[in-house]
Amino acid sequence: MNYLVGAFKPPCNIFISFTDGRSRKQVPLKKENGKTVMVALFQSQENIVGEVVIEPIHGKKVEHNGVKIELLGQIELYFDRGNFYDFTSLVRELDVPGELYERKTYPFEFSTVEMPYESYNGVNVRLRYILKVTISRNYVSNIVEYQDFVVRNYTPPPSINNSIKMEVGIEDCLHIEFEYSKSKYHLKDVIIGKIYFLLVRIKLKNMELEIRCRESTGSGPNTYVETETLAKFELMDGAPVRGESIPIRLFLSPYELTPTYRNINNKFSVKYYLNLVLVDEEDRRYFKQQEITMYRNLEAS
Amino acid sequence: MLLIGAEDEEKWLAEGIAGIQHNAFYLHRALDSNNLRDALKYSAQMLSELRTSKLSPQKYYELYMRAFDELRILEMFFKDESKHGVSVVDLYELVQHAGNILPRLYLLCTVGSVYIKSKEAPAKELLQDLVEMCHGVQHPIRGLFLRSYLAQISRDKLLDIGSDYEGDAETVMDAVEFILENFTEMNKLWVRMQLEGPGRVREKREKERSALQELVGKNLHVLSQIEGVDLEIYKETVLPRVLEQVVNCKDDLSQYYLMDCIIQVFPDEYHLQTLEMLLAAFPQVQPTVDIKTVLSRLMDRLSKYAASSADVLTEFLQVEAFTKLSNAIEKVIEMQVDMPAVGAITLYVSLLTFTLRVHPDRLDYVDQVLGACVKKLSSIPKLEDRWATKQLVALLSAPLEKYNDTVTALTLSNYPRVMDHLDNGTNKVMAMVIIESIMKNNTCISTADKVEVLFELIKGLIKDLDGATDELDEEDFKDEQNSVAKLIHMLYNNEPEEMLKIICIVWKHIMAGGPKRLPFTVPSLVFSALRLVRQMQGQEGDIVGEEVPATPKKIFQLLSQMIEALSAVPSPELALRLYLQCAKAANGCDLEYVAYEFFTQVFVLYEEEIANSKAQVTAIHLIIGALQRMNVFNVENRDTLTHKTTGYSARLLKKPDQCRAVYACSHLFWVDGQDGIRDGERVLLCLKRALRIANAAQQMASIARDSSGPLTLFVEILNKYLYYFEKGNKQITAAAIQHLIELINTEMQSDSATSDAFLASTLRYIQFQKQRGGVMGAKFESIKL
Repeated sequence: MNYLVGAFKPPCNIFISFTDGRSRKQVPLKKENGKTVMVALFQSQENIVGEVVIEPIHGKKVEHNGVKIELLGQIELYFDRGNFYDFTSLVRELDVPGELYERKTYPFEFSTVEMPYESYNGVNVRLRYILKVTISRNYVSNIVEYQDFVVRNYTPPPSINNSIKMEVGIEDCLHIEFEYSKSKYHLKDVIIGKIYFLLVRIKLKNMELEIRCRESTGSGPNTYVETETLAKFELMDGAPVRGESIPIRLFLSPYELTPTYRNINNKFSVKYYLNLVLVDEEDRRYFKQQEITMYRNLEAS
Repeated sequence: MLLIGAEDEEKWLAEGIAGIQHNAFYLHRALDSNNLRDALKYSAQMLSELRTSKLSPQKYYELYMRAFDELRILEMFFKDESKHGVSVVDLYELVQHAGNILPRLYLLCTVGSVYIKSKEAPAKELLQDLVEMCHGVQHPIRGLFLRSYLAQISRDKLLDIGSDYEGDAETVMDAVEFILENFTEMNKLWVRMQLEGPGRVREKREKERSALQELVGKNLHVLSQIEGVDLEIYKETVLPRVLEQVVNCKDDLSQYYLMDCIIQVFPDEYHLQTLEMLLAAFPQVQPTVDIKTVLSRLMDRLSKYAASSADVLTEFLQVEAFTKLSNAIEKVIEMQVDMPAVGAITLYVSLLTFTLRVHPDRLDYVDQVLGACVKKLSSIPKLEDRWATKQLVALLSAPLEKYNDTVTALTLSNYPRVMDHLDNGTNKVMAMVIIESIMKNNTCISTADKVEVLFELIKGLIKDLDGATDELDEEDFKDEQNSVAKLIHMLYNNEPEEMLKIICIVWKHIMAGGPKRLPFTVPSLVFSALRLVRQMQGQEGDIVGEEVPATPKKIFQLLSQMIEALSAVPSPELALRLYLQCAKAANGCDLEYVAYEFFTQVFVLYEEEIANSKAQVTAIHLIIGALQRMNVFNVENRDTLTHKTTGYSARLLKKPDQCRAVYACSHLFWVDGQDGIRDGERVLLCLKRALRIANAAQQMASIARDSSGPLTLFVEILNKYLYYFEKGNKQITAAAIQHLIELINTEMQSDSATSDAFLASTLRYIQFQKQRGGVMGAKFESIKL
């Protein structure tokens, strides 16, 4: 378990565990130090139940002003490092001020916790959920222990899921019509589609489909936009002729995608785009970008 | 950049192969350790080598084959689920994660084939999916090879499916649909190769494309191998779809190859039953396509098929193969306005060959073909093209060869009309072919009508054609005319009346040929007529008394006309000989005045036309020979003629010639046989005269050249003496012979000439007769040597 790394040796060890920890699904989470750990997975409206064990080190006495556990949902913007915006903050008092001589167990429960946002680890922003145990002390710094957990929320398949269909082109040069069967995809979905060449007067070399992720953080003049190409998938090799129709079948499962996040707590958005790129023999690129909505589907995950 | 060096190409190929080998090594390692992830990774990397654009099709093929071998191993691995633990369904998805399309599709095809085999999903859907996904590769060469891989890897599965009758016919259709789809796409890619790159390397490109044609054709081959493809499916689905692609691709190389492929790959029986459909495609292909070769191959196959069994022939009749082919050809020619004459004619040649093989009994078909050809030819100016005329000759020769009987050709009304379209030279060549065919088969042409047609056909040889200005080769001309002369002998009818008609017709034709040709043709005709005369002479009893148009007299009149025509050439020597022949024939017919008339002509010719002394000598000897044989003349007529002959003999220019002619004349007075003339007196007179001339000749020679030349003359005369002596001429005595021998001996001594072989053997002969004893021995006894 996690040990508190303090300035000096802490007088006690704190363990946080979930009641259903053994049966609960674990997912990997990347920590700041680059290490990936497996943590428990929750979704909104779940009861978060567990216990905290405090174990003073061999007979040392721990004097405190009270013990509490907090459930925090935080958004951390990297350009504003150190400032956490807590969008969720729940507290449970575990103990009144006193002294701890021996190992003591505190059960806790947060019932039907509202966790509207998913955990997210982006380029410029991080959204995380933590359980924070604090042993308040006088004169010396509080003893704090954190336990991360991950929240994922599942959405039912959208009732309206139109295809994306569009005719684009450069006059007298290139006219194509492309179609993606859906505009909303779950994370393990397959993009099925077709590109139909209506007019080809340029020598194309190949065509690929990119999945691009656009993360925007902040607002107003402090908006930071980071775009990342997550997938480059070659759809066509060689030059097509007029009337040719090229199939698209792109499995999304190999890629690390998240659902689309729109304006999370007015702090950030994550959007996904399909970018169709045609490259001609002189390596000129012609492209058309289309937004798609990603959602997390319970069945598929 | 345009001309990529072969060296560079080798280098790239080597690099590619090295890349494949490198990744194949790791692939094998992954397979050995049952590591699916690595296997997929390294196979994708290996297949990435196939993404090159730098190689020509041949080199690319080498690279492809390397990769292909590795993929077979990979396929075995995929098949064995126990090794990788992933179901084939998941595997099918897994390989599609590859980012690059070419490796992705190769892997997909490989897994797909395993998937089909596993029967975990309907083959139809998988096949459709594969063929559809392959659309992603639009690069012609890479696409062709990818689809070829798909075809190859699915082939055995298709044959299974296609022959699977346990289900319904639909599974067969699934396989057919798949192949047709793949075929169509491959053909499109193949056609597109032509459009790639600059026009300058068009030829090179065409060559490269030809190298790849089998990839496309293989699809058709697989189709033909699927058992389930019966006539019905072929007719309803396969052929229409393939033809549609052929017609629509508008590419000459492809159209040519595919049409040929269809014809070669599918069974003859199918072709016969779908002839109409197949033929309908021909007029629609590009004008540059070499249709004639393809069509000829079709007809060739069909005619061979027809020959295979008699039952098949009725099928041919049922489907009216000939009519269909003939219509198709007509349409093709009509549509392809720019087709050179040679193409059209070649087509007709093929059709004709087909007709001759399949319907040898239908002369009307043959004539129809020729008629169609005439129609085409009449729309274009006279043929100048060497190839076209060559084909036309082939067209005309075909029936001759087939029927071994030129008479058949003569009944084809369009035959001469086709010949009219040949240029003069070829016309002659063709005429020669006809004549040779007649000669080879020893065909006898026996009616006047046919002779008329025949001469119409070979008129190129018979007379100068309009506009024939080119200088003739003397040798060729002689050959030709000799052939015509030979031909005349092949015209024969037992019926004198018809034969006379034939002769008249021939005469009419050769008259038109002008003086140049007469010396060649007239003798043949004359002898042909003389044969008739002799024949009639044999059957004389039958024809006497009746009003017959063909009488010897009439023929002789004709003959004298013919020979007279020779004077226009002029060719007096020939005429003279022919007159003599006629005289002999008249002699045989007991027509004295006719014979006399001929002799008169002979002498007129001799006097007026034969000026050359050598010719005169020959002529005189011929006359003597002929005259000696004549027995129709009464004494008076004969005297006149012999008198003239001896007279001319004595008046020859050279003394030795005189001498020889004169002693030859002696035979005119001594004819062996029952009622021959035996005028010993005049024989002796001739011989004495000859001796005198010989003497004179010898004196002249000794004065002029101081040598004895004509001693042989004496020996020759001695031989004549001996001849008559033996024959019992009373006027020739042993004493006279003795005297002559002595004379020769004296001459010999005075001349100190070396011994003469002729003399020696003559003397030996006398010696021999003396010793022989008997009557002859007694007779010779008195001669002393």
